[in-house]
Amino acid sequence: MTGFLRRGRVALLAYALLVPAALVVFGVVLYPAGRALVISFFDVDSPFPGAYPFVGLKNYADILTGARFWTAAQHTLYFTLASTTLEVVLGLGLAHLLAAPIRLRWLFRGIVILPWALPTIVNGAMWRWILNAEYGALNALLTQLHVQGDYRSWLGSDPFVALNMVVVADVWKNTSLVAFFLLAGLQTIPGDLLEAARIDGAGPVRAFLRVTLPMLRPTLAAVLVLRIIEAFKVFDIIYVMTGGGPAGGTQTVTFLTYLQAFSAERFSYGAALAYVTVVAILLLALIYLRLLRQQELSVS
Amino acid sequence: MKKNRHVGAHIGALVASILILAPFAWLVITSIAGQTDLLARPLRWWPEHVTLSRYREIFSGAAGGVAAQFRSAMVNSLVVAAGTVLISVSVGIFGGYALARLRFPLRRVTLLSFLVTYMLPPIVLIIPLYLLMARFGLLDTKLGLVIVYCSLATPFALWTMNNFFGSLPVELEEAARVDGCSRLGALIRIILPLARPGIVATVLFVFLLCWDEFLYALIFTSTSDAKTIPVAIAEFTGRNAVDFGLIAAGGVLAAVPPVLLAVVLQRHLLSGLTAGALKA
Repeated sequence: MTGFLRRGRVALLAYALLVPAALVVFGVVLYPAGRALVISFFDVDSPFPGAYPFVGLKNYADILTGARFWTAAQHTLYFTLASTTLEVVLGLGLAHLLAAPIRLRWLFRGIVILPWALPTIVNGAMWRWILNAEYGALNALLTQLHVQGDYRSWLGSDPFVALNMVVVADVWKNTSLVAFFLLAGLQTIPGDLLEAARIDGAGPVRAFLRVTLPMLRPTLAAVLVLRIIEAFKVFDIIYVMTGGGPAGGTQTVTFLTYLQAFSAERFSYGAALAYVTVVAILLLALIYLRLLRQQELSVS
Repeated sequence: MKKNRHVGAHIGALVASILILAPFAWLVITSIAGQTDLLARPLRWWPEHVTLSRYREIFSGAAGGVAAQFRSAMVNSLVVAAGTVLISVSVGIFGGYALARLRFPLRRVTLLSFLVTYMLPPIVLIIPLYLLMARFGLLDTKLGLVIVYCSLATPFALWTMNNFFGSLPVELEEAARVDGCSRLGALIRIILPLARPGIVATVLFVFLLCWDEFLYALIFTSTSDAKTIPVAIAEFTGRNAVDFGLIAAGGVLAAVPPVLLAVVLQRHLLSGLTAGALKA
């Protein structure tokens, strides 16, 4: 009986400690999340309250049968795959450099932190300036090195080139976060494990493949999921670098949602688009949890 | 063999440093280069005219000008970030402790439901939130931004504090309770001081999150009353006749607080990530 009471008191304390956090989060999130879902079944075309027609799943049908969504989805997918792959591959290399016993290591770590701490919008504005068609530093560098004959437009003419430039800017910024994450993972690998591999005659490549990589798997999985979710939601760097152009060639799903909702005032279409993104992200998260579960099972 | 590897690591670190520093260095050079230098072709890599006029303008330019808008945006960003850090880190500490140390029904579900909100893209919430904030007169106010940012940052603070408390030994707390401390007393007197590195890391992450946030600020603010630094910079970048040097100066100034914090708190950053990575 007293045990029961004590457990009740502990639970009460736990809830009391959690209430402020719950208020701060769900007080803001819950109603809009539900409201957006409701809006997505109507045809709301102005920000003012009023009676709007119920259209059921029509907005979703329009999205899935329209070309604009699939084009934006392709851009989002390409951006996500290209940037996360590059960030993880380069981040792995960078993490090893961060862990290496080099001179001035504190300085090197300080330098690597810089892009991560730089605000995304500043990063976007910086690259937009570097890639400027008339006065940009990249054009100047390439022509002065005689790699290219004349100045060219990096962000303004070829949509695919522009999309790749956005990837470059994103990779420049986010590789350092990935590297620090992986460095944290590297430091949990016991040194004697690598030592043992070396004594067994494994070279650095083999040791990396057989010891480091498997031990890093949980960290890698976490970093991948985090980056993929962030890349899926990408908005600000595109807004500031290309504004979705040229010719809509860098429009991602979030950017399309923003345009539909706030420029075209198609709030319902926008809300439905947003929920399509939510479903995609939840699917990703489920896959991740699945992988984790399997890992736990294979470990225990 | 071993020596060669170290030489390789030094070269690798040097190359990486150059690749990281070069674009940022160009931003800094742009901010102090004369306008004719910026428009020169072929480009001069070090300007003939060096000027600090843009920084001077931002710090003391007349109200209403572009530079003054940068200044008020910096202040707004600082106020909003500070308010959010204060609220979300404190509620995150209490909630994180409960999740890490107390056994209660629906513990896992509670944690998961907080994390699910992190997966909701802001674009989902932004339309109804906009209408809601309009009704409560919170549009274009710093308070409105703090409220919204807390909902973004708190799940994150909960998660890192939960992981950090989980990595501390239980024995210390038990010893304190044997000595007659209540649970809350043990939390405040024993656990909090031990958890300082985790708290510092969380403060850093939440601060960067607020300083970086763009979409909500873009939609919810419209004047220098609440406009934050990312919105100000994006606006000037988007205009046609742009003063590249002034944008660069604004960008450099916007980078100073987060970069300084991150570099100074480097060690904590790493331990925060370790706690996160171990549990993830």
